[in-house]
Amino acid sequence: MLTPEQIETKLDRILLKVQKPGRYVGGELNSVVKDWDSADVRVALVFPDIYDIGVSNVGLKILYDQVNQRGDALAERAYAPWTDMEALMRAEGIPLYALESKRPLSGFDLVGFSLPYETLYTNALNLLDLAGIPLRAGERGAEHPIVIAGGHSTINPEPMHAFMDAFVIGEGEEVIHDIINVLKLRNTQYAVRDDLLLALAKIPGVYVPRFYQPHYMDDGTIARVETLAEGIANPVVKRIVAKLPPPPTKFIVPNIEVVHNRASVEITRGCTRGCRYCHAGMITRPVRERRVDEIVAAAREAVRSTGFEELALLSLSSSDYTHIEELVAAIGEEFKDEKLTVSLPSLRIESVSIDLVDKLRGRRGSGFTLAPEAATERMRRIINKFISDEDIINTTREIYRRGWTNIKLYFMIGHPSETLEDVQAIADLCKRVIAEGRKVAGMKVKLHAGVSTFVPKPQTPFQWVSCDTRENILAKQALLKRELRDRNIKLSWTKPEDTLLESFLSRGDRRLAEVIFTAWKNGAKFDAWEEHRRFETWMSAFAEHGLDPAFYTHRPRRADEIFAWDHITAAVRKKYLFQDFRRSLEGHIRVDCRLNCYACGILPTFADLRRDNPGEGWKCPDVKSPRKADVSDRGQPLAIR
Amino acid sequence: MRLRVAFSKQGALRYIGHLDLHTLLERAARRAALPLVYSQGFHPAPKIQIAAALPLGFSSRAEMADLWLSEDRDLVSLRADLQSALPRDIQILDVQQADDRAPALQTLVVAAEYEATIPDEFASDLTSRLAALMEAESLPRVRRGKTYDLRPLIESLEAAPAEGSGETRVLLRLAAREGATGRPDEVLAALGIPPESARVERIRLIFRD
Repeated sequence: MLTPEQIETKLDRILLKVQKPGRYVGGELNSVVKDWDSADVRVALVFPDIYDIGVSNVGLKILYDQVNQRGDALAERAYAPWTDMEALMRAEGIPLYALESKRPLSGFDLVGFSLPYETLYTNALNLLDLAGIPLRAGERGAEHPIVIAGGHSTINPEPMHAFMDAFVIGEGEEVIHDIINVLKLRNTQYAVRDDLLLALAKIPGVYVPRFYQPHYMDDGTIARVETLAEGIANPVVKRIVAKLPPPPTKFIVPNIEVVHNRASVEITRGCTRGCRYCHAGMITRPVRERRVDEIVAAAREAVRSTGFEELALLSLSSSDYTHIEELVAAIGEEFKDEKLTVSLPSLRIESVSIDLVDKLRGRRGSGFTLAPEAATERMRRIINKFISDEDIINTTREIYRRGWTNIKLYFMIGHPSETLEDVQAIADLCKRVIAEGRKVAGMKVKLHAGVSTFVPKPQTPFQWVSCDTRENILAKQALLKRELRDRNIKLSWTKPEDTLLESFLSRGDRRLAEVIFTAWKNGAKFDAWEEHRRFETWMSAFAEHGLDPAFYTHRPRRADEIFAWDHITAAVRKKYLFQDFRRSLEGHIRVDCRLNCYACGILPTFADLRRDNPGEGWKCPDVKSPRKADVSDRGQPLAIR
Repeated sequence: MRLRVAFSKQGALRYIGHLDLHTLLERAARRAALPLVYSQGFHPAPKIQIAAALPLGFSSRAEMADLWLSEDRDLVSLRADLQSALPRDIQILDVQQADDRAPALQTLVVAAEYEATIPDEFASDLTSRLAALMEAESLPRVRRGKTYDLRPLIESLEAAPAEGSGETRVLLRLAAREGATGRPDEVLAALGIPPESARVERIRLIFRD
């Protein structure tokens, strides 16, 4: 294995030949360089896209903090080198290394991948290969790191099961410590890799695929999933933290320009809106909120320790934060004398949102983003995101009137049962928005319609529906392009190939692993990057393994189908999801679940956590029933507290 | 108050460019709670001037920047605050107060000195190659599609053995005026030394009186 000094010498010879060498050298403020030899467990955290995108990832930042706060462990970082750097690394024999110590990833005890979206899968394989770590979990031995993945896409881990020793399902803050505590025993108690993996598999929220065996029916769907070891969970229930821990504040300050070059504070986790297409909204429940004073203190500390000129207050739906008005006032007061841009994403379409953003503007941005997602009443009922046209028109008119010149509206096509009329309505709505804007602000007003295509996601009410076909998507996009020819309306869209790729990877089963491997072997990587689109490579990989992509993308699922991911659960019950899917077909809205608990399954699963954390922190109702353990101990139910 | 900060730029920070250095100084000043002066207008920018852009990949022990503050500060405590707010690869060498009415720092620089450490395999008959280069009438070069003459940008060249390291040092003094800046890597290439084999450090900036 190369030493850090050897790697640095080799790097010096190649770095001036690549674009943005600052991506590959570390040395950022707030990066943590710990003594290698005094750590029992060394963790490499990997975001499998380029530095520019990965360095601001908040999930990995949380884990980096959690691990580096321990005296007995260290965490370092690695990202995907861009193709110019990768070619030189391979030519010079430089393995993937961690930025802090310049040590090869193969020398770490744990390599943890963040996989928030499916188009990173081939990159994860590529990075394992570049690190010289066997790609398949089954080929790794005592000398290799344990390779674990987490992140939203791993709520269906099956397509990547062959390449990961384990997956973390759900939130990482606590489980990372459980994992490290097991890894500390690697040289004593768990010297045999299988023993180590079994110990990991017994940690709540950890899924070790080798201990689960799916059996298929003749039609290719799942018959059942068998567990191959004693004492492991089936289904594996996601981990959550009962109370959001103090947010990280010592963000790494990149020395080069990157995407999201800013500090951020997560104000809430989860969402109560229940939009049926929304993966995050279904899998990150329950909603937990931070207190205003805690957020303001963290924001102050983050800005102080980074010097960033921008602060983002993160959540899935900012408007729904209980104390949003109070928070915005407090943040405005705290930073009133500073040149700080504060961004508040995911606002509801109502005039209150404009007031909120108005109050936060320091360095004034010129754009305002809203996400109506659909443009007909029928479609809004189907997806459970109900906003009237009048609300959209009134809000956007007001935004233009108050001096913003650019509005970005996000829509999706390809929702279940969508017709060309629903798509036409998107174009009509955009035209109305800009016409109304011109009345109040003149000809300079601009509109950007970002129209993506819906991908049915596992563990959501739409996991039963088929993805729109390539032909349909193209016809709908052609309609929009034809209709939206106004020179002040910009239209952007997703290529159908990208949608289909995401679609088969999202709801894939274990057989997809060979397709991913073959596609990577034949050159697929950076699948989220337009210049790396290789749809034909994917299609031939399917053909090589005798599989049909339409089985995963376009097949409507039976009501009673066992899905490839059913032995993993985000704690929202499948029965609930199916009922919600049925309500969708009937055009029934479900209101915000803060107003009415629909018993999605979160509370029964996490009753103990909720019972121990009553009151404001969660947006689920309090649990007053006694603990199950208490009941059995005493032989009769306890009085309600 | 106008501050003049001299600093070194080493290690990982060799690989960050001029604009990124600008942002880095702005953020460091903010972390150190220095009251920067900002421009007016839609996108206020802090008033920071860097003397001379340093080509990517080179270290330096002779960088200089001016920062304007909206109030006066004690230079000793300011230096300590700023140093602790900077990444480890930037070390402050000196902080002075500069005359508010002095011309922009960039317009004061006339030349820069570099020290290139090269492997011995490229050191044989180096002195004669240096002399040949200095004697040339002109050295036409193409950079970013434009032809220019490298020769008048070279003010002096000198070789010196590095003590006991099996390496040789070349001292280069190159013009660094606006629109007439010599690049050490191009001079090395003209000497038949692959620039990526050398370690280059800027050791001095020369200002007009």
